[in-house]
Order: sequence, then structure tokens, then C-alpha cells
Amino acid sequence: MQYFKKTPVTDHKPNSRLAWVGQGFLLILAIIVIIILAQNLIRSPSLFAQNVIDGLKLGFVYAMIALGYTMVYGIVKLINFAHGDVFMVGAFVSYYAVTRFSLHTWAKQIFPGMPDWLVILIGSLTVILLSMVVCVLLAVTIERVAYKPLRDAPRIAALITAIGVSFFLEFFGALGFVFSPRFIPYKQPFETMSWYINNGIYPITPGSMPPDGSITFSNIFLIIVIASIFVQLLLQFLVRRTKIGIAMRATAFDKPTARLMGINVDQVISFTFAIGAAFAGLGGVLYAIAYPSIHTQMGILPGLKAFVAAVLGGIGSLPGALVGALIMGQAEALTMGYISTPMRDAIAFTILIVVLLVKPTGIFGEPEKEKA
Amino acid sequence: MRTFKFLSLVLVVSLLLSACGGGASKEVKIAILAPLSGPVPTFGVMTRDGALLAIEEWNAKGGVNGMKIVPIVEDSQCTPDPAANAANKVIDQDKVHYIIGEVCSKASIPISDIANGKKVVQISPTSTNPSVTVGTDGKVKDYIFRACFIDPFQGQVGAKFAMEKLGAKTAFIMLDQANDYVKGLAEFFEKSFTEAGGTIVGKETYTSTDTDFSAILAKIAEAKPDVVYLPDYYNIVNLATKQAKEKGITAPFIGGDGWDSSDLDLAAAAGGYFTNHYSPEDTRAEVQNFVKAFGAKYKDDSGNPKVPDALAALAYDATNLMLQAIKDAGADDPTKVKDALTKITFNGVSGKITYDASHNPVKSATILEVTKDGIKFNSVVNP
Repeated sequence: MQYFKKTPVTDHKPNSRLAWVGQGFLLILAIIVIIILAQNLIRSPSLFAQNVIDGLKLGFVYAMIALGYTMVYGIVKLINFAHGDVFMVGAFVSYYAVTRFSLHTWAKQIFPGMPDWLVILIGSLTVILLSMVVCVLLAVTIERVAYKPLRDAPRIAALITAIGVSFFLEFFGALGFVFSPRFIPYKQPFETMSWYINNGIYPITPGSMPPDGSITFSNIFLIIVIASIFVQLLLQFLVRRTKIGIAMRATAFDKPTARLMGINVDQVISFTFAIGAAFAGLGGVLYAIAYPSIHTQMGILPGLKAFVAAVLGGIGSLPGALVGALIMGQAEALTMGYISTPMRDAIAFTILIVVLLVKPTGIFGEPEKEKA
Repeated sequence: MRTFKFLSLVLVVSLLLSACGGGASKEVKIAILAPLSGPVPTFGVMTRDGALLAIEEWNAKGGVNGMKIVPIVEDSQCTPDPAANAANKVIDQDKVHYIIGEVCSKASIPISDIANGKKVVQISPTSTNPSVTVGTDGKVKDYIFRACFIDPFQGQVGAKFAMEKLGAKTAFIMLDQANDYVKGLAEFFEKSFTEAGGTIVGKETYTSTDTDFSAILAKIAEAKPDVVYLPDYYNIVNLATKQAKEKGITAPFIGGDGWDSSDLDLAAAAGGYFTNHYSPEDTRAEVQNFVKAFGAKYKDDSGNPKVPDALAALAYDATNLMLQAIKDAGADDPTKVKDALTKITFNGVSGKITYDASHNPVKSATILEVTKDGIKFNSVVNP
């Protein structure tokens, strides 16, 4: 299921003795983790389920961001560190669309008789679409201005440029007349609702506590899960069944040959950046709705974790991005639940190190020939 | 070169004359050092206005001990070096014996070292850092006082409020270990709460970059505490209270003055309480008279009476404390005034003030309640 990978040529085997130590260590670690989780599962199944649900919410957000990393890497072999900041811009665009222009209620102003739920639905979709469009324009501009001139330069040059673009977006955004460096309370285009599961599903009403052993979830959780799965399926379809998808795979496979076959490689690369950015924008809006406090550096950590997820799943692999992201979400939620909240980032990046040591190509990744 | 020498001589002489000029015994000078420029100019303006109002009221009543009070306002920029320069200027050139200021701790600390060394009494209205009044050697700076309570004190008041007014027996603490402000409040809350017979059913830490508090909140939902203590800034409060509402947690959240921001998400934090220095809605006569006088003297851009904030209230209290102490001392003598301050009992806008051994005020705190429509005055809690 590799769309964006070169054919495997040789597997560069790590030193066999070291690999044995590494695998043994991992095995012990895995056993300890399983024992801890099993104990907690038995102690309080509902709390465990709650943590898993909260982890899914994080995981599906990371999946939306990780797609952008993995696609761009698949096509141009560039780790686009500015991707997390495109995510941030998506959140801010939706914030201004809602607070300055009340875009989430435009349908009400034009058709006053429209029912409220339809107004909110149309309005929220408009806000999300606007954010996605702005992110696409931003990403394509970044690609044209910063990455395209460096396409034939050594990979490290493009990587450093990506870091530069990332810092530029963060600190330019933090200027007083752009987004300001403050933490801004995010105004949601729709009200969040939540329910609890306890022998049936009931809505949570303000002022009353759900009974013991309940598992709670909110509408934003459902939206994130549905949107993320939809995006995955859409991308699968796009890559497999459409002309541009074939062009993308061809470009990923062999750029010069694809060009010889009449594929407009520049357009395909721009398109790849555009799709990644659209999903990042969507992720940014949904993340801001779920965690309604936005600031210009909000994209750094989710971006890095999505990157870890992409590496974990096998960078360049689309299903890998989803699986990696879900694992990251669970790792984080369970760390918060059963170890401690400040440990979550440490665990996330430990996973990166372990993956790079043990299986550098990730779960779905296949070994790749080193470029001479 | 000659002209230059001559000019500088003229300048020096004129400065000396101006410094000595004016009946020395007929008036008393008070310096107001406030950050009128720099990162927090709005704090500076409110502080200056509060202090000037107090001086005006005393002058209208005939001054202090028959002396007219002359305010000297300097911009100290909330920055150590300009603050030190301003302090040296008012002490050496203007010969003041009394300083009100600064707002920021990092500016108040250098001023306090200069003022204490030169035996000039300083009251900082709002600097909460303990080292404003206590030196690095652990010795209290004799001439330095403050009008606000220090941060950890809010934890103590928060615990008292939770137990007495909300009837809480159990509490859960959420804290950022890396933030001294949060840590200080949380420690004092825990100490006071357990000493008064309450139980801390859980204590969870997070970091300032966290956005997802679901795991901590799941533990809170399981532990079912009567109150949750979250003494962090508004951005964390917005996130945590929003997610708590989604989880159906009904226990009220309690915090400190870090919640006090126009960016607090009222819908999410509704039902929460926080401790603060003062509220303009407090019904006590001192507060209402102050709010009225302040609104009469200062107008906002559209001509409406300005509502004084905590900075103005504390600057007003600090100035009144200083003048009351000068009156009690009976003379324009900093050594006597500082002794008078240590023994003072003063009914200020921000509560009844006496001083402890570290020159921190022992005073009541105001509890504010967050509702959907805004932040409302709830009650005053005495320590």
C-alpha cells in the first residue's frame, strides 16, 4: 500500500547484536506498559475507556496534520516544518471569520427564516472552507517562494528553509498588527454539546453530574473523528482513482521520468502542498474548537507530534499517518491518565527515538535506497 | 569650551536653587514612580491617577500636619534601570522622603534597594514579589512596604472561602509546577485547606503549553471533589473549565487574580470564583466613595466616569497609608514614618490593613464570582 515510495532496493540491516539488545529492551518495555494498562483497565474500566476516547480525539487531529507531512515527504522528500504553522493560521482565520465578520451566521442575514441548526451548519462549513482556502493559498505561496527555488539544492537547504518559514509564520503572526502574541479565547461557530454513556446515551445538562462510571464525549469529538476519517477516504480515492493521483504517484516514484511522460511536476507538487494545507487548515479549526485558546505558537507541538506520528507510521505512507497518529494519541492520553500530564511530551518524543532506533522506516514504511 | 563650562555652572546652580527652593517645612513631597511608558502603560496611568486622587483629597482637607502635599510623578517604565534612575532623581534632586511605586516587581526591587539605603520610605502599591520588602540576605528592608498582599496569601484566602462560604470538605488541585505564581498559591491553598480540616483528594500537574486536560479532568470526575483549585492565568483557565464543562464536572473552580482578564472565557468559567485585591462593586463605604471620587475626577475617552481598577485602588491605598503614617508620626521624618507604618491600622479601599513582620499587609481579600454575564463581586474574606 505504498503510494509515495520508491521500490525497496536493499534493507540496511542494523548491527545484529545491537538490534538484539534493542529488541529485548523494547519487549520488556512493552510488557511493563501492558501490565500497567491491564491493571488500570481492571481497576476502573470506565476511566480507561474515557482516556481512550480522549486519546482518539487527539489522535484524529494529529492524523489530519500528519497527512500533510507524509504526502509532502513522499513527493519532494522534504519535511515541511512550516506545516504546523499553517495549522495555526487555519485556526486564526476561522477566529477572525467568526469574531470580525460573523461568517458563521451569514445565512441568517440573507435568509432570516432559515432554522437555526441549518444556519449554524452552513455557517460552520463556510468558516471551515474559508480557513482551508486561506491555508491552501498560504502553502502554495510558501512552496513557490521558499521551496521551489531550492528543489535541486541539497535536501538540508530545503529543510532549513522550512524551519525558517516556520519561525517566520510564528513570529510574524505574533506582531501586534497581525495576530498579536496573546492567548486569544476562541469563539466557536457552534455550541459544544456533550453526552455520557452509562447504560444508554444521555446529554449532559449544566449543573448536573453524570453518574459514576460514565464515559463522556462531545459533539466536537464526533466531528473530529468523522472529518478525519472522511479526509482519509477522500485522499485514498484521490490518489488511487484520479488522474492527478496517478500523476502524484508517478512524481513520487521518479520525478525526471514523470516529467518526460508529460506530467507537469511543478503543478503536482503545488497540488500536494495544497491538499496537505487544506487538511491542516481543517485540523486547525477543529483543534481550536476543541481547545478554545489560540496563540501564534499553538501549531508547534501538534505539528511536531503529527510529524512523529508520520515517522511512526512510516513517512510517505497514507495509512501509516493515520495509524501512527492514533498510536500517538493513545500514548499521550494514557500517559496523562496513568503516569502524569507533564510526561506526555517526553513520551511522545521517546517514541520517535525508539522508532528511529528500531525500525527507522516506521510501521508501514519500507526500506529505501539512500540517495547517492 | 568656556561657554560650556559657564553654562553647566549655571545649570548646576539653578538645579541646586530649585531643589532648595520653596518653603521646606511648609510642604511635603511625595514621588509617584509609575510605568507611564514601557510594556504596561495602562497600569502606570491607573496607578498615577489613584495616587494623585488621594493627594488631592488630603490637600483639600488642609494637607498633612499643616503641610501641603506636592506630588512628583516620574516614569519608571516597569524596567529596572529607568526605575533606578527615576528613584535617584527624585531622592537626590527633588529631595523626596516618600515614594509610592513601582507597579512591577522587577522595577520595585531596584528602587527599594536605593530607597532603603538612603532612608526613604517606599510603599509599592502592587508589586507582589517577596524580595521587594525582604533583601537577598533574608533581612526585612526597614523603609520598604507594600499595599497589596503577596501571591501565596491568595491561596490561604481561597481555601478559607472554599470551606466557609462553599462548605467544601474536599478539594482537587491542578497546578503548573514550573510557574512560581501558581505553585505558591497552590501550596498555601493546600496548607490552609488541610489545616482547617479539609482533604485534598488529588493533585495533578500540567505544563504551561498543555491544551488538553482531559486526563486530569477524568480523574476529577472520578474523585468528585467539592471544589477544584486552579490558580493559573486565564488562558489555562479557559481551556480547563471548557473541557470540564464538556465532562459534566459541576464542582466550582477557584483561582487567583491570574483569572482577572477581559480575555477570560465567561461561558466556560461561569460558576468559578477567584480571589482579587478589590472590586468596584464592593458595597463598603470606602469603596463606593472612592469609585465615586475617581469617576468624578477622571473620564474615559467618551466622557463617561472611569471605573478604577485594582491598580488605581491599591495606589490610592498606598498613598493614603503613607500620608496617614506621616500624620501619625507628626513630622516629616522618614524614620518616624516607617515606625508609624509598622503600627498602622488603616481602613483602605482594598480592606483593613495592618503590617506583619515582613512588611506585607495583613488584609482582607475580595472574592469575585464568574457568571455568564460578567465578573461579579461575591464577598470579602478576612484571613
